[in-house]
Amino acid sequence: MQNNLTQLFSSKPKNLLNIFFTAGYPKLEDTTVILKALEEAKVDLVEIGIPFSDPLADGPTIQESSKIALENGMSIEKLFTQLESYREENPEADTPILLMGYLNPVMQFGLDKFCARCASVGVDGLIVPDLPMFIYEHEFKATFEKHNISNVFLVTPQTSEKRIREIDANSTGFIYAVSSASTTGSKADFSAAADYLGKLRDMDLKTPVLTGFNIKNNQNFKDACSFVDGAIIGSEFIRQIAETTDLKQTVASFVKEIKK
Amino acid sequence: MSYQVDEKGFYGEFGGAFIPELLYPNIEELQENYLKIEKSEEFQTEFHQLLKDYVGRPTPLFLAKRLSAKYGGEIWLKREDLCHTGAHKINNTVGQIILAQKLGKKRIIAETGAGQHGVATATVCALKGLKCIVYMGEKDIERQAPNVARMKMLGAEVRPAMSGSKTLKDATNEAMRDWINNPEDTHYIIGSVVGPHPYPDMVARYQSIISKEIKEQMQGLPDYVIACVGGGSNAMGAFYHFLDDPSVKLIGVEAAGLGIDTDKTAATLTLGTPGVLHASRSIMMQDKDGQVIEPHSISAGLDYPGIGPAHAWLKVSDRAQYMAVTDADALKAAVECSRLEGIIPALETAHAFSVLKDLDLKPTDRVVINLSGRGDKDMDTYMRELKLNEL
Repeated sequence: MQNNLTQLFSSKPKNLLNIFFTAGYPKLEDTTVILKALEEAKVDLVEIGIPFSDPLADGPTIQESSKIALENGMSIEKLFTQLESYREENPEADTPILLMGYLNPVMQFGLDKFCARCASVGVDGLIVPDLPMFIYEHEFKATFEKHNISNVFLVTPQTSEKRIREIDANSTGFIYAVSSASTTGSKADFSAAADYLGKLRDMDLKTPVLTGFNIKNNQNFKDACSFVDGAIIGSEFIRQIAETTDLKQTVASFVKEIKK
Repeated sequence: MSYQVDEKGFYGEFGGAFIPELLYPNIEELQENYLKIEKSEEFQTEFHQLLKDYVGRPTPLFLAKRLSAKYGGEIWLKREDLCHTGAHKINNTVGQIILAQKLGKKRIIAETGAGQHGVATATVCALKGLKCIVYMGEKDIERQAPNVARMKMLGAEVRPAMSGSKTLKDATNEAMRDWINNPEDTHYIIGSVVGPHPYPDMVARYQSIISKEIKEQMQGLPDYVIACVGGGSNAMGAFYHFLDDPSVKLIGVEAAGLGIDTDKTAATLTLGTPGVLHASRSIMMQDKDGQVIEPHSISAGLDYPGIGPAHAWLKVSDRAQYMAVTDADALKAAVECSRLEGIIPALETAHAFSVLKDLDLKPTDRVVINLSGRGDKDMDTYMRELKLNEL
């Protein structure tokens, strides 16, 4: 089966917008509503978060959305069921889909079964923030490859050049350049971000780089894309959909505003 | 069979460092330095000097004659309750604060359940003049008020963890998030043998002074060593130098809460299954979807859904036995220890005393109970549960 992610990157596109949202939030059945709205709004990639009770790499907005999603009854099985019906109803949809989830729920579901289901519902890549590269190489890589699933690693401003090279060599999707709060937030900080993203650009990596650098608006998005291949928006998107009464409209205008 | 950590950070199938990339530099720095620093003469000199003059070590090994008479064996109490700050937790914080200084860290963070680790961390930070922030579940802040006041008096900032069950697990999540956001100047003093490698091994080493002293104080080997387990630091300290003495029976006692057949329990090894929590692979309490089940114990220090990976390995490889004691039985044991020996134990420690009745001791059996902490911090709970003001 074709991997839409690999397909997307084969033409070396720029200014990619990747939107993150939590499955089963705000309401349990909103996953596919949001997914369809994002597809129609022509975002370049979609990243769906699998809620976990103890998301230690996430900030307050995503923590809260995970908690509500779990209270709504979201689970990995439920998410696959939703994605199956999404594929049946939208056979033409070809926006790459990634799942972001912590290791424990994936392990309890069963790694091989998880990857097989991902492949069968058209999930192209995985981001497992608490899966270290060394464990990935030894215990996970073969299964990911068997099911043609890309794996996305994170890098931070503290990641050494040597390790970025190792990550680049092990990546089949894109590299997710994140930052710690100490270097993001206010506008004045973009110079720090610029140094870091500039360094990544100048390393001439084989893998495309997308950054999730506290990007909230069109200006941030443009700034980020002037250095790397695209950007990921999570918290700000979740804040917007939390407050809306018209999901489809909110998603459409959010994407339009960012990409204008 | 080895019960020590291997070079990759694993105890058998358990352990490892399942950390987000954001923590990689911090953990790598620790992995590369913790043994080197611990083995240096400078560290050893300062560590043992502070344990002696500041903590008050060696702590006594006391023969509890009235408990012995009641249960039939020879029952010895390792008096960690007499350590400065009132529990074994300070052995580890003394070690880690020296380490943090050697690594040039300026800011210390910690999580705490019962508040003993928080107090022990605030204490060594005051001693060394380092900034200290302690994360503590909102529910624990309520039930351990005296320790919160002690931390504040020592100059630490206590930040409430308000997510999830608002207990130790959530305080640990918040501390890890803080570390992710402050990777450069901060050292995270984890209070138990949990978390990513090298913490389980590092904390076990600093706590191993407990069993080193027991071995020296006792003529010959004991038949049993008994300790309560939440994350498992006092138990690991008490077991450490006996791991390769197979005649010594090691018993860890977890909190059954309202009972292991109820959903209000913290008996991780009795009820849990393998999984990854707080960056290590161990046994944990989780539902079929891999979501963490919120635990319950009357004792804040045992109210944790995970357990150190070394304990998971000791259980699976049958080197140690783990039993579970209910809230009610722990309270009974606390009263008994108080009235037979004149020692009010911490609620956590009381769980360990409760298994004496189940051991069927011979007169020649020699039992060591690690009396990990004193009960002052639990007086509110004891007053309420035992209706002490009505006596």
